[in-house]
Amino acid sequence: MSGTGVGSDRRVYRHALPTRLSHWLAALCVLVLVMSGLQIFNAHPALYWGDRSDPGRAIVRLRAGEAPDGGTRGITEIGGRAFDTTGILGASRDGGEVVERGFPSWSTLPGEQWLAMGRRWHLFFAWLFVLNGAAFCAWALGRGHVARDLWPTARDLRGIPHSIADHLRFRHPTGEAASRYNALQKGAYLAVLFILAPLIVATGLGMSPAIDAAAPWLPAMFGGRQSARTVHFAACFAFVAFAGGHLFMVAVTGVWNNLRSMITGWYRIDPSEEEAPLADD
Amino acid sequence: MRTTRTSRRQFGTGILQLLGASLLAGCDQLSQSDWVAAVLDRAEGLTRGAQTAILPRRALAPEFAESQRSAVFPGNGTIAPSESLYQALARGGFADYRLEVDGLVTRPARLSLADVRALPSRTQITRHDCVEGWSAIAKWKGARVAALLDHVAIVPGARYVVFRCFDALSEGGDTYYESLDLDDARHEQTILAYEMNDRPLPVTNGAPLRLRVERQLGYKMAKYVRRIEVVDHLDAIGEGRGGYWEDRGYEWYAGI
Repeated sequence: MSGTGVGSDRRVYRHALPTRLSHWLAALCVLVLVMSGLQIFNAHPALYWGDRSDPGRAIVRLRAGEAPDGGTRGITEIGGRAFDTTGILGASRDGGEVVERGFPSWSTLPGEQWLAMGRRWHLFFAWLFVLNGAAFCAWALGRGHVARDLWPTARDLRGIPHSIADHLRFRHPTGEAASRYNALQKGAYLAVLFILAPLIVATGLGMSPAIDAAAPWLPAMFGGRQSARTVHFAACFAFVAFAGGHLFMVAVTGVWNNLRSMITGWYRIDPSEEEAPLADD
Repeated sequence: MRTTRTSRRQFGTGILQLLGASLLAGCDQLSQSDWVAAVLDRAEGLTRGAQTAILPRRALAPEFAESQRSAVFPGNGTIAPSESLYQALARGGFADYRLEVDGLVTRPARLSLADVRALPSRTQITRHDCVEGWSAIAKWKGARVAALLDHVAIVPGARYVVFRCFDALSEGGDTYYESLDLDDARHEQTILAYEMNDRPLPVTNGAPLRLRVERQLGYKMAKYVRRIEVVDHLDAIGEGRGGYWEDRGYEWYAGI
């Protein structure tokens, strides 16, 4: 990373062009894939384990029921226990009325119940997600980005307890230390790139009857096609959780500086903060 | 300094919220537009191309043990055709049923159920994957479609096999139909099933004959098959997309 002095503060070139391009493309893909995925899920809003979806054997099920006042209420069943989730899960407002609906219309793409269009969005952006991810990983591995910036160093590993404590106290690296990823950040990015993304692609493909004919071991690896579907769904929410945590960290460490560095590549380091004692030293 | 940061942050949050809201509204607008549908449609060709290129043409769908069958095999779509012709045939135990096979064939045929049962058959316990997301396992016995195509001798230039059905999903609506290319039609597990779980196919599941195409999704497996037509293009049938659900926006190639 090269630094250059600009007036009172210093700027470092933090993100290379391939990183920035693939980051924004991936962000768009994840948003479309999650929302169109929920649209697809709504066509049969229940999850199972094994190869079959036996009625009455769902692990999770969203459904509608009758409310005491005669209206519709949304029910979420988890492991046989029912929870009232009216308005969000099982039944929610679509237009004016509360109607039976797995996930609410604001969370699905398209908003209305339209499985065919949801599949089109999903399968198109799935291709984009895979091609973008593969291209980024090839670049990042080939040009040393993974080894140089993402792979934790011995010092990173030793500093993990300290880094956790700092994150919990909302104390974030400033100055020079902010120009590189901290241990938890590296762990999160590596896990998303090399565990979560491959997992969600493998479980997605495992639901394909054509792929299953050529590679029966793929759904079998997860315990069956319905298990693959359940793991796919869980991985989707792991992505949502990552995105939530990611956006939170972006917000608390400076929205504009982070946003600028992911658009132009340049990250500003405030020299007045550079003298602050660093927790991970 | 502090105040500028706060107002900047509020401004930023406002912009993000606005972007989010317009993105949602925008995507719904986009779903309605023809060119977006056409662009998204490209993925189907990519998927089909990739799966055809990578997957062995003869690969068999996984088959299961008797003990892995579903206790109840769901009936989806039409479960009791209301058409009077169908009901009359059903009342007679399908004794008067004739499967018409025509189009680009040398020897058009009208086959009784006994004729269909006399064709080379296959029995398989397979998993049915619905486009909605559920799966069920059953044992199917039926005539191999490859044997049927040999029986009527398709002519060179024939490309698709169209399965026309008795039922309309809504009263007076379009009747169901589906189509396969010759690769999938001739696949070892592609059968016209007349038995489910060792008993004659129930009406709920498509009596007297339903298609099984084990490497594709459930909507390809037409129930209540009445006529089979061999053609060289699909444009002239229905809306021209090759099937009832395809005409309503679903993919013709349903391998995923």
